[in-house]
Amino acid sequence: MITVLLFAHLQEEIGADRLELEYGELTVQELKEKLQNDYPSSRLESVMVAVNEEYALDSDSVHSGDTVALIPPVSGG
Amino acid sequence: MTDNLFEVIDQPIEVGELVKKVERREAGAITTFIGTVREWTKGRRTMYLEYQAYIPMAVKMLAKIGEEIEEKWQDTKVAITHRVGRLDISDIAVVIAVSSPHRKAAYEANEYAIERIKQIVPIWKKEHWEDGETWIGDQLENVAYPSGEPEMEDE
Repeated sequence: MITVLLFAHLQEEIGADRLELEYGELTVQELKEKLQNDYPSSRLESVMVAVNEEYALDSDSVHSGDTVALIPPVSGG
Repeated sequence: MTDNLFEVIDQPIEVGELVKKVERREAGAITTFIGTVREWTKGRRTMYLEYQAYIPMAVKMLAKIGEEIEEKWQDTKVAITHRVGRLDISDIAVVIAVSSPHRKAAYEANEYAIERIKQIVPIWKKEHWEDGETWIGDQLENVAYPSGEPEMEDE
């Protein structure tokens, strides 16, 4: 099980603030592609990914038990 | 308010409390930056803002900014608090306090902190305009990420 946390416009586009996904091990890039397929209205192009609260690269892998956060361009301050 | 130097809270921020957190006998300067909610942006009127954060990671990233600053400007001490939830015009969204033996480092480090917040800290604001609402992410005053990832200082 992979937990995916959603923020900002993604919460509204996907209609949830978290998803529990039964995917096997995959890369960040593959996870984004699957999500884009399953939720075609989500705008994932410029979204960063954090795995277990650290920024991750597209080539990093995601395992069962990980918490993945989809991070749209930030606008704090 | 706690003794933690880096916080994300859903209550009003007390500037004086951040100043106290960085006060030290060796400091000769304390700078504060107070980020407030602006009513007008390029002719468009904001009614209120809503801030959301990925809180545990946001706190970690604020602490990382503190570490970056202490490496770049030796003998500085930094405290940052960001607020989330609904904020009205003129409410304080973020406060940064930096102390240092001499003023130059305190000024420079403080500006560095707000620039880095806008790059790496997972906090988002939703503008509630007079005529609609938008999650802000790639606003002109912010850094866009053409490469798809924020610039990480140590990578």
